[in-house]
Amino acid sequence: MTEMFRDKIDVEITVNGEPVEARVPAGQHLIDFLRQTVGLTGAHASCEHGVCGACTVEVDGASVRGCLMLAAQADGAEVWTVEGLTERGRIADLQAAFIAHNALQCGFCTPGMLVACDELLRRGGTPSRAEIREHLSGNYCRCTGYEAIVDAVETVAKARAGKGAA
Amino acid sequence: MKASAGGYARANDLREALDLLANADGQGRVLAGGQSLIAAMNMRLSTGDMLVDISRIAELAGVAEDGETLRIGALTRHAAVGADPLVKTHVPLLAEATGHIAHAAIRNRGTIGGALSHADPAAEFPACALALGASMEIAGPDGSRTVAAEDFFEDVFTTALAEGEILTALTVPKQRPGEAQLIEEVARRSGDYALVGLCLVKRDAGHRVALFSVGATPILARACMARLDAGDLDGAVTALQGEIDPPSDTQASAAYRRHLAGVLLRRAMARLTGVPA
Ligand SMILES: Cc1cc2nc3c(=O)[nH]c(=O)nc-3n(C[C@H](O)[C@H](O)[C@H](O)COP(=O)(O)OP(=O)(O)OC[C@H]3O[C@@H](n4cnc5c(N)ncnc54)[C@H](O)[C@@H]3O)c2cc1C
Ligand code: FES
Ligand code: FES
Repeated sequence: MTEMFRDKIDVEITVNGEPVEARVPAGQHLIDFLRQTVGLTGAHASCEHGVCGACTVEVDGASVRGCLMLAAQADGAEVWTVEGLTERGRIADLQAAFIAHNALQCGFCTPGMLVACDELLRRGGTPSRAEIREHLSGNYCRCTGYEAIVDAVETVAKARAGKGAA
Repeated sequence: MKASAGGYARANDLREALDLLANADGQGRVLAGGQSLIAAMNMRLSTGDMLVDISRIAELAGVAEDGETLRIGALTRHAAVGADPLVKTHVPLLAEATGHIAHAAIRNRGTIGGALSHADPAAEFPACALALGASMEIAGPDGSRTVAAEDFFEDVFTTALAEGEILTALTVPKQRPGEAQLIEEVARRSGDYALVGLCLVKRDAGHRVALFSVGATPILARACMARLDAGDLDGAVTALQGEIDPPSDTQASAAYRRHLAGVLLRRAMARLTGVPA
């Protein structure tokens, strides 16, 4: 029955709201599929073992490591990358706060950071600085922008909470 | 590095998954959350596997009450275990432990069955299962069997699971009135594997203490448990330090780990009794 195992798998994935059909190699990472096949190079592949968070994208509403998920496993899933979130305007305030607080330098970690921050902010409420740090503990910033990143997230959380109450 | 897989097949139900494994010429490998397996494939520690993707098998996910026990499906993701109201109420140890496992994006995909099957000696859930006296439900080509947590973890990354078998669920006794459960660990960064960790369960029948990251498997510290039952904390710390044989590695020396184990036991008891250590 080994012929039931495929080395190329047909997938249909909704990427940033658009349907994508492709035939992917069995071992291909979701992040490589997004970068190389779909041409979305926002999220990065770096450590490729789940440690740095540069490859973080959203799959079916939750943040995941693009390097620890196979493209074959995303068949039928809804995937959002930083490009799609940007176009939708869902993280516009977060992106503006990153710029205002100088929370990005080289920008390598930024797409993964934004997806992780977005997940935290969508839970609502006003997370403490400790909670923000905890949630971002899986994302490395090689330029060590951490303090500024926490500032940016805290500002957005407070602004959104204020907006909600008004 | 890039993963190298021999092939991929998605199983739609347990029967199909078992059939796929049975017919993979010994190369079959269960793919659940992938948070350890794909990392290992990326590091080329594992190559040529015929991947049997079980991650979509709905019947293997979710938490249910079953009399005095809670049954947690193997494919229940870490994030779901941590957020589940039944788990919070009846097995608070597992809910608390989830917060120590990796990072949010990893908890969104990793599964409790994957963590138990992978049996990393530094992982939280295997030690929780030991401390709780949980049992593992296993399905194989010839039917199902149940294995006590105490007999499940055999060596580093080695469990009682035979080739072709799938862990389907974990069954845990519900917390009884007056029972307390907690976990303490020291890690270098939030979400990293623990240098040492300790689970403590206090029941009418006595204390149960399980440690992780101190040997090839999680261990039940029986001598320590007996001293705690006798109300002798100092004796329990000494007993604990005598019954573990922790490794020395780049993260911590054996002596430091042994010291930390005692510190964690005192912290856990202080939380339990409200008396500062
Ligand atoms: C950066 C990073 C940090 C981490 N930190 C921690 C941590 O602090 N604590 C911790 O506990 N874990 C940690 N993990 C591991 C994580 O928790 C994994 O989710 C978990 O160990 C494996 O679960 P999985 O569902 O992803 O399994 P997979 O990766 O899919 O599988 C792991 C192994 O178990 C087998 N397997 C899986 N499910 C079954 C089943 N139902 N029956 C039989 N065999 C099965 C697979 O064949 C494979 O050999 C970390 C991972 C990463 C990448
Ligand atoms: S590239 Fe995926 S976590 Fe580093
Ligand atoms: S801005 Fe350079 S890695 Fe974070």
